[in-house]
Amino acid sequence: MIVLEKRPQPSKAWSYATPLVAVLATMVFGGILFTILGKNPIEAIGTIFWEPLFGEFAFYYRPQLLVKGAPLVLIAIGLSLGFRAGIWNIGAEGQYIMGAIFGAGAGLAFYPIDAFYVFPIMVLAGAFGGWLWASIPAFLKVRFGTNEILVSLMLVYVAEQMLASVSLGLLKNPEGFGFPGSRNLQSYDAAHNAELISGSGMHWGVVTALIAVIFAYVLLNRHMLGFHIRLTGEAPRAAKFAGVNPARLILFCLGLSGALAGLAGMFEVSGPSGVVSIDFNVGYGFTAIIVAFLGRLHPVGILLAGGLMALTYIGGEIAQSQLGLPAAAIQVFQGMLLFFLLAFDLLTNYRIRAARSEVA
Amino acid sequence: MTTPLLSLQGLTKAYPGVVANDQVSFDIGEGEVHALLGENGAGKSTLVKMIYGLVKPDSGTMLLRGQSFTPSEPRAARADGIAMVFQHFSLFDALNVAENIALGMENPPAMGDLASRIREVSETYGLPLDPFRTVGDLSAGERQRVEIIRCLLQDPKLLIMDEPTSVLTPQEVEILFETLNKLRSEGTSILYISHKLEEIRTLCDHATILRLGKNVGECVPSETSARDMAEMMVGSTLQTPERSGREFGDVALDVSGLSVPSPSEFGTALRNVHMTVRKGEVLGIGGVAGNGQDELLGVLSGEIPTAADAIKFAGQPIGKLGPTARRKLGVLTAPEERLGHAAAPDMSLTENALLTGSVREGLENNGFLKWAETQSFAEKIINAFDVRTPGPENAARSLSGGNLQKFVIGREVLQDPDVLVVNQPTWGVDAAAAAAIRQAILDLAAKGTAVVCISQDLDELMEISDSFAALNEGRLSAPRETTGLTVEEIGLMMGGAHGMEVAHV
Repeated sequence: MIVLEKRPQPSKAWSYATPLVAVLATMVFGGILFTILGKNPIEAIGTIFWEPLFGEFAFYYRPQLLVKGAPLVLIAIGLSLGFRAGIWNIGAEGQYIMGAIFGAGAGLAFYPIDAFYVFPIMVLAGAFGGWLWASIPAFLKVRFGTNEILVSLMLVYVAEQMLASVSLGLLKNPEGFGFPGSRNLQSYDAAHNAELISGSGMHWGVVTALIAVIFAYVLLNRHMLGFHIRLTGEAPRAAKFAGVNPARLILFCLGLSGALAGLAGMFEVSGPSGVVSIDFNVGYGFTAIIVAFLGRLHPVGILLAGGLMALTYIGGEIAQSQLGLPAAAIQVFQGMLLFFLLAFDLLTNYRIRAARSEVA
Repeated sequence: MTTPLLSLQGLTKAYPGVVANDQVSFDIGEGEVHALLGENGAGKSTLVKMIYGLVKPDSGTMLLRGQSFTPSEPRAARADGIAMVFQHFSLFDALNVAENIALGMENPPAMGDLASRIREVSETYGLPLDPFRTVGDLSAGERQRVEIIRCLLQDPKLLIMDEPTSVLTPQEVEILFETLNKLRSEGTSILYISHKLEEIRTLCDHATILRLGKNVGECVPSETSARDMAEMMVGSTLQTPERSGREFGDVALDVSGLSVPSPSEFGTALRNVHMTVRKGEVLGIGGVAGNGQDELLGVLSGEIPTAADAIKFAGQPIGKLGPTARRKLGVLTAPEERLGHAAAPDMSLTENALLTGSVREGLENNGFLKWAETQSFAEKIINAFDVRTPGPENAARSLSGGNLQKFVIGREVLQDPDVLVVNQPTWGVDAAAAAAIRQAILDLAAKGTAVVCISQDLDELMEISDSFAALNEGRLSAPRETTGLTVEEIGLMMGGAHGMEVAHV
């Protein structure tokens, strides 16, 4: 018989090793899955992990890694702060959409003025939009004790309707021949979140994501507020005893994660996407939840996890087009990654040992 | 020689890192009240769990009336006539007495029949109880009756009682003892677990003393002095804390007309509480658990805000201030629940030192943490209070209860408080650590700190407090000087028998 035994202390070694073991297990079981689908597992996994980084067309895929990874990291950093405190913002997708709408809306309001202040105003407006959307569940939770998971999630669908509405109405391109969607911000220089170094994929969103990682690291490890966030997550009663005001913490964590998600949406709409359209959002807000946990809610871990997730996205697309793997198989593959991570995570706090035979 | 009811021979049970029971042997005779005596962690609970089928022994045998007895689960033990009343009740507050009892039965009879059987048993044994009352409304003593009746309905041969008096007032204890005496006279054996020596001397025929998992002696309690039993139990001579004559200063903490609704549904509201504590004075607050102790601590720590004027520190109203602001002024507290309230289980001792120490020890600078200073503060606590741990980087949950308690109390004591409020400072702590904690509290008072000690251990309160008051259903009795208080007076302050009908046996 096998028994789980609680460790007196969480194991440091395992907390670092689990992500690696999880990636390995995902490769093994993903390989089995691909074999069953009739593909060469080594080739498939090689395509997913190798091709985007070092393959023939890596010069095209590498910038894509930054473009896809940055919003994931930016959103996940914000979410992780709340998750650390036991505050579950599931609606980052909605906040991301609202950030894009507010940011693009602010930019388009100045069209066609070409001034240096347009872009900063858009950044502020994007953050404000996300903050506003996340503050709704925060306020309702503080005031009426509603469940922030449900409210934030449902507001995603409201945001999607708003997105459809502005794409067809308020922000519709007057010169767009009646097609839905806004003017392309890429062709409005003052509002364009262009690559900082051409061909590198490095845009302001990537820079902001890196700053957010550093900010979160300092906050959690060196600041009282970060300590209170961690304390609230680990022992809510002890946090109250330590003098934490739970309401203020909820407003802060939800508000900040909303603002970061809003920023991500704004950088996306003014850069890689360029257009506010009905299908603007592609699930970054939900995937970021996986990234946050894959990174063990640790800022540096999230940075790595965001990169890994972007890699499986891009590698998955390559595998789809080159090997004809179904999109669902790639999603299962990504799901496995989270599953194995959570499963092996158990080993940080527990050890497995064979039970001794019991003497009656 | 007659066959004993239950004979334990060489029972051994080891857990990783600790031998809970090592070759324990003793007999329980028919119709005997047998005491199992020992400190916290001596292995009493493990032993009893083996008898009740919750834990399997690694080696050793049990004989029930000469027959081999190896219960694989509590159900099997119950079928063989073993019943147990646990220290912590397993009752549903929202259900009534009969429903609660039916839930624990294999084949519960119709509610009407069950109710009449409950009435019958409760009257026979002098435990009056209405089967249709909601358990949430019952006092601790009455809840215990529910558990006892639940056992008696099985017609047990051996009744195991785990620390049954820890939740009772002295008057309620008396009622319980009459019931137990009646059971004994009918031939039921009782295994009575306790560390309260005077009780055991009054009630029990025989006592087995456990220390560190070993049977270290047996005695006839009525013929052995409490001190001798205590020294067998602890294994060394006991040190009683020293109390020097003290002079009290000005009023440091003044609570007047404090009323607070309970934060939880079956909690206790505080009603019109008055008390004053002077500098250098130790006010002991007794009372049965669940009479508002947690709420009182919460109100004094600032976790539950209240009217500003209800609590004054050195004349300044502080009722509306939160925990941090109160710490800044010098009002410190140590809650009862170590893990999860006073300390965060998975955080290191350094982080836990920061938890309450940040303000007074200057461990932050504009919100930025000074980890080096925090670590030295944690080390200072560890050294000053002899906390046994490899170092401050260890998680709070890796410490034993006594060591963590020393850390939690030490953390507040070393911050040089003007007012210190502690709740159950020595709960679940071994005798040596308890003596050290009590001494630290007395030393602090000698330096002029006003101390409020909330505890359910009356001996402890008598030992360290200058004045005594009791909490009863959220009301605080008028404090009285400790010297000269009798047990009966204390019992009455604690609410007497809580209106429980006296046993008629």
